[in-house]
Amino acid sequence: MNARLRWRKFVSNFMLGMTGVCAVVSVGVLFLILGYLLYNGGTSVNWDFFTKLPKPVGESGGGMANAIVGSAKLLLAASLVGVPIGFFGGIYLAEFSGSFTASIVRYAADLLNGVPSIVVGIFAYSIAVLPFKHFSTLAGAFALGIMMIPITLRSTEEFLKSIPRNLREGAMALGASKWKTIASVVVPAAYRGILTSILLALARVAGETAPLLFTAFGNSRWSSGWSQPTSSLPVMIYNYAVSPYEDWHRQAWAAGLVLLGLILIINIVARTILSRGIAVPRS
Amino acid sequence: MQGSSKPGLSVNIAMNTGPNKSESHAALPMRMTISHVSFFYGMKQILFDVSLGIADKKVTALIGPSGCGKSTLLRTLDRMHETVTTARLEGEVLLDGQNIMAQDVTQLRRRVGMVFQRPNPFPKSIFENVAYGPRINGFKGPIAEVVEKSLRNAALWDEVKDHLHKSAYELSGGQQQRLCIARALAVEPEVLLLDEPASALDPISTAKIEELLVELKNLTTIAIVTHNMQQAARISDFTAFLLTGQLIEFSPTPHLFTTPTDPRTEAYITGRFG
Repeated sequence: MNARLRWRKFVSNFMLGMTGVCAVVSVGVLFLILGYLLYNGGTSVNWDFFTKLPKPVGESGGGMANAIVGSAKLLLAASLVGVPIGFFGGIYLAEFSGSFTASIVRYAADLLNGVPSIVVGIFAYSIAVLPFKHFSTLAGAFALGIMMIPITLRSTEEFLKSIPRNLREGAMALGASKWKTIASVVVPAAYRGILTSILLALARVAGETAPLLFTAFGNSRWSSGWSQPTSSLPVMIYNYAVSPYEDWHRQAWAAGLVLLGLILIINIVARTILSRGIAVPRS
Repeated sequence: MQGSSKPGLSVNIAMNTGPNKSESHAALPMRMTISHVSFFYGMKQILFDVSLGIADKKVTALIGPSGCGKSTLLRTLDRMHETVTTARLEGEVLLDGQNIMAQDVTQLRRRVGMVFQRPNPFPKSIFENVAYGPRINGFKGPIAEVVEKSLRNAALWDEVKDHLHKSAYELSGGQQQRLCIARALAVEPEVLLLDEPASALDPISTAKIEELLVELKNLTTIAIVTHNMQQAARISDFTAFLLTGQLIEFSPTPHLFTTPTDPRTEAYITGRFG
């Protein structure tokens, strides 16, 4: 009996320890990456990094201003593609469609979410690069925008559905039409959740490299327009990391640090939005 | 529009107007008339040939055990049943003599307001909750006056006047329900439907709501669903007793509770079932 009890205590403690270690490891990986980035790239993140163009091989210094602006442009244009389609599609799914249509669209969205990003890149390449015979910012944004659609769509649907039915009835009982009810009560009640997931979708595609390799391509100077190729942080990291130059490696680390910082900021903003304002009580 | 002027309306048959002190229902002007209404959810029939009139500026109570169809009947009066796609209605419901099925549903619901079982304020400020109805109906005028008047009519003004811009969710349950009543009153409905408005509230809040409803009958016509018989007895002028989708008895309230005609009504109000 005593031995049995001791064994049970041992198992209990062992499992507690093991799950704890796994939890620490998952957090640790993040901090390891962060620490590594800081160690290798921290010294290269300076004012020049944000304001200067890359220097040619052999010259030290220079920055990635064009890649930072390029990434911002890509994300902005990608949002203009992905957010409205995902948002309104999500409204249709949650509010208007029958359950059969909804299940098909939902399934398709989940599949689209699972399409490897390189495949999305090839697709964007074939319809937004080949016909124009040159790489462009818009083609890259198009690829990223496609990737944002399913995330935005599914989360819009989920958050709208979580709004209790009695709120909708309250609005309709005052003479609000279905669309008016959605636009003035349901969406405002769910907007924080929706906005949060849009930001998280943005953070998710901000680091995508594969779809940009053969759409937005890259550019060692300022991009001269939306229809011209542009540099971006993820592609810059890729190009610099595979180069044989020590100096470029440090720049790649720095770019990684900046990118991670950007994603971290987006996440913090998203969480702040979610925790503020009037929450709808679950009923 | 007199309910009695319509021939063949069983409201007159169901109506027990014996030689008692309470007012005769048949002589009153009707705001709404429910005429031979049967109601179905898919294959399942919920209401069986129900007819009754909602008298103008009076409180009409619908009572009966759970599942008797009283809430369903109430929800047909502003066509709220249409939110369920399998719902089907037979018979006629008239508002001021006009068939409500032939009207624009948003117009109808502006004229026939509804307060629900659980308080359902919008996730907006107290002010914006009350202003919502007038705003979506294109009200162009001094909205603050409408809000104040509605909150006063709902006996909530004194409690909230200093923090109109706080979230409605900071109010207590009873205050939230009065806010919902104020919200409904803001569009000046001709009829106010209440679906067990006090069932989720404590006794003190319930008493406040009851007091308020008696006041409100000067402003509007009221139909209230309740499974609390004492509540119906306290606040209503007329009471309809429903059982398994059928209207068993419809009488002036004092009459129904003292000298019911149907043995089933008597069994219910004396607490033998329900």
